[in-house]
Amino acid sequence: MFTLKRKRFGVGLAAVAATAALVLTGCASDGDTSDGGSSDGGSGDTSDVSITMLPKNLGNPYFDTSTGGAEEAVSEMGGTFEEVGPSEASPTSQVQYIQTAAQQGVGGLIVSANDPEAICDALDEARSVGVKVVTFDSDTNPECRDLFINQATAEGIAQVQVDLITEQIGDEGQIAILSASANATNQNAWIEMMEAELEANHPDVELVEVAYGDDDDQTSFDKTAALLQTYPELKGIVSPTTVGIAAAARYLQTSEFQGEVSLTGLGTPNQMREYVEDGTVTAFALWNPADLGYLAAYATAALVTGEITGAEGDTFDAGTLGSYEVGADATVLLGDPYVFDADNIGDFDF
Amino acid sequence: MTSAIDTEHGRRTYSAHAHPLWRRLLVTRESAIIGLLFLVVLVATIAVPNFDSPLTLTFLIREIAPILLIALPMTLIIITEEIDLSVASIVGLSSVVTGLGVQAGWPLPFAAVVAILVGTVAGSINGALVTFVGLPSLAVTIGTLALFRGIAVGLLGTTAISDFPEFWTDLTRMNIPGTPMPLIIVPFLVLAIIFGVLLHFTPFGRSLYAIGLNKEAAAFSGINVGLTKFWLFVMSGAVSGYAGVYFTLLYNNARGDNATGLELQIIAAVLLGGVSIFGGRGALPGVIAGVLLIGTLSSALRLAGVTSDIINVITGVLLVASVVSASFLAWLRTKRVSAIGRKKGRAEASDG
Repeated sequence: MFTLKRKRFGVGLAAVAATAALVLTGCASDGDTSDGGSSDGGSGDTSDVSITMLPKNLGNPYFDTSTGGAEEAVSEMGGTFEEVGPSEASPTSQVQYIQTAAQQGVGGLIVSANDPEAICDALDEARSVGVKVVTFDSDTNPECRDLFINQATAEGIAQVQVDLITEQIGDEGQIAILSASANATNQNAWIEMMEAELEANHPDVELVEVAYGDDDDQTSFDKTAALLQTYPELKGIVSPTTVGIAAAARYLQTSEFQGEVSLTGLGTPNQMREYVEDGTVTAFALWNPADLGYLAAYATAALVTGEITGAEGDTFDAGTLGSYEVGADATVLLGDPYVFDADNIGDFDF
Repeated sequence: MTSAIDTEHGRRTYSAHAHPLWRRLLVTRESAIIGLLFLVVLVATIAVPNFDSPLTLTFLIREIAPILLIALPMTLIIITEEIDLSVASIVGLSSVVTGLGVQAGWPLPFAAVVAILVGTVAGSINGALVTFVGLPSLAVTIGTLALFRGIAVGLLGTTAISDFPEFWTDLTRMNIPGTPMPLIIVPFLVLAIIFGVLLHFTPFGRSLYAIGLNKEAAAFSGINVGLTKFWLFVMSGAVSGYAGVYFTLLYNNARGDNATGLELQIIAAVLLGGVSIFGGRGALPGVIAGVLLIGTLSSALRLAGVTSDIINVITGVLLVASVVSASFLAWLRTKRVSAIGRKKGRAEASDG
């Protein structure tokens, strides 16, 4: 008899815990999971647009920044905003969140894809029930989404890095590039464009070597040392990879070349903060994730309200960022890369 | 002399079971989990918006199908007091093999069969190391967890293969016509019946409990402990291989890092379903309910807008609570039984 009672007690405890959690959260969210509110009239009224943001994973400062931007945009427009996401960025971990958004019938979904293909079918299912899908940062296959918010073009990235290094070294002398791996597609495309740009507009700047640090901190560190020893006349290093630029900066900081040799490239503010503050690095580039999220939210709202359809040439207004036009392949370009220096680095935390 | 005493006091009868049949069937850990599952479904239907849509069932079953499938052999393995941590890596390996096969121009059924065979071979490697080399399965499968994952990632690198025949990917995502129930439930039910009969209605199945409770006693009762375990790991590999093919087609994506971390979800569900990690205890209906319970709960919580971290916390608490409550109740029962035994003993002593 007593065993019966005890069992019920133990199980009851677990049951109460589980259902209490469910009831509490269920009730709490009653308000913000309104029925999606996509007014398809093309009225431009964004006050009842519900937008869900799905970054690659939660707890990532980069995506926290982009979510902050999107949230700001939604609060300007009116409407509801929610951020969901997996704790790990595995290829299929986003699928269940996409499905959930489809079930909730949200107006728009903003995604940075962990895998261009694995979430495609889930996105298609969501779109088939009327959810507008906008990718940012990492695109899916173009046929799986309505719009892609591109953070930067290869031309823009190459241009800003050439501009930065030539300005820092006074437009003459030897420079080297510290890249990722020798077969990194993005980096190779950028390097090619940088070479063309140097040749065309900076005749006094000589690119002496492209070294490969394999996106490994130690290798990049060693390659930086080797570059500086091999080329005593070297005036600047460009590292179009976040791992490379941080490793190179760490080497420069402790070497006799600090302040003598300029370093720039693509980096993140948190990695580069101490090097900018102590003068090892003057300026480096990347895009602003907050702007990226902000633009994505405005684009999503424009899709949901029917203001744009994602066709080439459509234009929409993106709050403080101004007006944007949809380009080829349903892509919207954020703009030129963002240059971080001692004056503005304090504003960023990613 | 002694036989005379027996006849004098009349034959002593022992009841075959401590409790009547209805109580043994209804008041079990399994039925408790099943009850909890129904409660969660009921509460979620009332309290969570959109939970009652048919899409919920479709997405839920589709997503937890690999866990459901692999939980079947995992239950048998844990009942024998072993564990297989390499299942998710076998899923990844099988996924990569399916992808490479299709890329090489094989028809999908052939690639799938090869992938399942690769899974079976992987399982038999685990089994051989446990049985014939005599290593503990925890150590062996931690090793093969890394090994199989390494091979899978090594074969494909960071690339993915995603051009699978549409016929098969559509079939994988299809529902049973007219219902929101995905088609994958059919092979699952077939396997569930096979494993259910094997575990609960065959001498082989009974021998698993015997092994889990006491290996030596089982061996002396004529059970070939080693070979039994070997076949369990082979089954686990084969089912994981099949789950890998399903996973690949469901997400239309073959990648080396597919299903990373799935093994822990499977083991958590099996333990929640009432299988003792110390072996010798557990039943399949409870395990299936355990998988469904975790899946339903996280699906409901996601719909309610709860973040993934909180969902992990809730599932974790539920799991710990269920394991702790089981141990606590078992401890309480043995205390009570021994107290009764002492009381009876004293009573009989004073009688005599």
